[in-house]
Amino acid sequence: MNLIVAKEHFSENVIKFEIEAPRIAKARKAGHFVIVRVDKKGERVPLTIAGSNVEKGTITLVVQRIGVSTWKLCNLNVGDYVEDIVGPLGRATQIEKQEGTVLCAGGGVGVAPLLPIIKAHHDAGNRVVAVLAGRTKELIILEDEVRKYADDVVIMTDDGSYGTKGLVTTGMESVINREKVSEAVVIGPAIMMKFGALTTKKYDIPTWVSLNTIMVDGTGMCGACRVSVGGKTRFVCVDGPEFNAHEVDFDEMLKRMGGFKAEEQEAFAAYKQACGMN
Amino acid sequence: MSDIQDIRKAQRDEEWRKAVRDSVKPKDRMAQERIVMPEADAQERSRSYIEVNMGLNLEQAMTEAKRCLDCPSPSCVTGCPVEINIPTFIKNIERGEILEAARVIKETSTLPAVCGRVCPQEKQCESKCIYVKSGKKPVAIGYLERFAADYERESGKAATPEVAKKNGIKVAVIGSGPAGLTCSGELAKMGYDVTIFEALHEIGGVLKYGIPEFRLPNDIVDFEINNLAKMGVKFEADFIVGKTATIDDLRAEGYKAFFVGSGAGLPRFMGIPGENCNGIMSSNEYLTRVNLMHAADKNFDTPIIFGKNVAVVGGGNTAMDSVRTARRLGAERVMLIYRRSEVEMPARLEEIHHAKEEGVEFMTLHNPVEYVADEKGRVCAVKVQRMELGEPDERGRRKPVPVEGAIEEIPVDLVVVSVGVSPNPLISSSHPDIKTTDRGTLEANDALQTSVPDVFAGGDIVRGGATVILAMGDGRKAAASINDYLQKNA
Repeated sequence: MNLIVAKEHFSENVIKFEIEAPRIAKARKAGHFVIVRVDKKGERVPLTIAGSNVEKGTITLVVQRIGVSTWKLCNLNVGDYVEDIVGPLGRATQIEKQEGTVLCAGGGVGVAPLLPIIKAHHDAGNRVVAVLAGRTKELIILEDEVRKYADDVVIMTDDGSYGTKGLVTTGMESVINREKVSEAVVIGPAIMMKFGALTTKKYDIPTWVSLNTIMVDGTGMCGACRVSVGGKTRFVCVDGPEFNAHEVDFDEMLKRMGGFKAEEQEAFAAYKQACGMN
Repeated sequence: MSDIQDIRKAQRDEEWRKAVRDSVKPKDRMAQERIVMPEADAQERSRSYIEVNMGLNLEQAMTEAKRCLDCPSPSCVTGCPVEINIPTFIKNIERGEILEAARVIKETSTLPAVCGRVCPQEKQCESKCIYVKSGKKPVAIGYLERFAADYERESGKAATPEVAKKNGIKVAVIGSGPAGLTCSGELAKMGYDVTIFEALHEIGGVLKYGIPEFRLPNDIVDFEINNLAKMGVKFEADFIVGKTATIDDLRAEGYKAFFVGSGAGLPRFMGIPGENCNGIMSSNEYLTRVNLMHAADKNFDTPIIFGKNVAVVGGGNTAMDSVRTARRLGAERVMLIYRRSEVEMPARLEEIHHAKEEGVEFMTLHNPVEYVADEKGRVCAVKVQRMELGEPDERGRRKPVPVEGAIEEIPVDLVVVSVGVSPNPLISSSHPDIKTTDRGTLEANDALQTSVPDVFAGGDIVRGGATVILAMGDGRKAAASINDYLQKNA
């Protein structure tokens, strides 16, 4: 049981939690994730850690409400307990000193897992330029935190309500065209990572993506998270979650992420009905 | 070992035992037929989770116990990985002292109700029974073990094993499957301060996430876990040693020795085209969703695919568990695809027999070569290659070879791949000082000590893939080794 000590709405459906998990707070590094089970009937859901406070013994998670489990989690408030949190899981981000700029592109809620990576590159002495993208202004999250560690921040919105109007890839290319980028990290929805990867491939820039596939145990036991990387089947939970973006079979991954779509939609409809939502 | 044999010989010479032995002539004992385990109706049970084997009643057990000849040198015991004192417990059943029988089993086996259900007795104790040599069916040792354990549990008189005075020495047990539970129980008896660290949210390991309710009810596992708690064992769920904290961290917190029983890990896939399309999952995933996450229960959030036409690939016990689970989840057609013939199947005979009764189609000498997906990326067919048995391989098993051109396509909407597991890398990858073998298992000496002196290991993480009883045997042996080590070093 883990106590929720802080909760903040970034937007209607994107919520930041600070949750007590002292051991995880101490052990986690950039790139790690946890598995969360909201209550005794809940699923095991993987969520990337957005930050931690070792003194307070807390970790930060940013959650987007999309299905039953994330709705249940977002309904919890300060003082409530989450049934289980286990981690930190996965391999930590490899941070190396780079000659050129490290381009960190985040889409939507993907900015949350990107933040610790931006911080780690900053701490390693790298020049970091962040591209934060979202459909609209209110979906640009954690901008102030990112600005603390990034040398420059480019904001992109689909509707032009904030920053420059356009897709994340446009923002990425503007940075690539103006300065020498040695490495890129792209985190966000699978489709965004796919096109982000295609963009950096054109310029031959080594690129990492952090995959958020379906998982059950998160420790390598079940294989639900498997993806093809460089033609080989890899497990996101133990071999990842970060992979060479240019080797990931995103089309397969996109299909696999919809593996339980019908069941999830049915469950969500039943949940909404039970909660009196329309 | 001779001490134990002397003690057991002396037990055999006790008055009551002689009297029981002399009460029925061996000829009459041998004339009696082996008891048939009462089973739930195949139709009814294949639509529910009720336990298939219903267990013996007192009369049936006492009658079956009569068949045992109480041999002077009982070969059944040599077939048992933990050398349970089989004749002594069976003769206690014959004379109606069931609690005493249970106590005798528990001298060497921590989880008798579990082993009585899931041990492959036909390959162990029962295969060595004197009856087999004379062409008869062996004494039903497994059924009797289960009976004694169940009787004791249901009597409410199950004694919590005596625990020595607490010595205050902390030992960490990593993994709460059969190896870890056994090791903890033994160490607790010796007075150690034991904490079990479990990665999942529930204690029990494979006994919970893997073996289905219809073969091993969770209540039975929980009963054993509660017993350990009564003995002072502590449990830390949601704790992955190597991730949440390392062995070094725990050492700094005062743990003086470690037992790694983290089990088999990564499921193997075959690497054939289409294997990553939706609707194809490992048996670990399928069984974990159903058993641990209760995915088939509408009140729980984890989803499951209820296939209509289900194919399970493999021939082991996990494959049988998967195929029988699919049947219970309402599949109309359930197929077991195995590349060799039924004779080579590693699964227990009982499981094969039960699966057939429940309407599972056995497609032996077939091997999947490709999966076909529909436009949404969901599996809709499997292409299977017909096989025939060729020359025996180095282990003497005849190697399956493809029959050229004999490929057919079978419609399926769920495939469960159950072709084995590789060792879990969580401990080895985070503790490179612990030596591993080429196969990725942890290296351990005869005392089950790893290359790091205070770290011991057993069960599947050392053996690759084995049985509950072997894991238990390891847990027990490791506990003795840990005690030796700590007596010298703590």
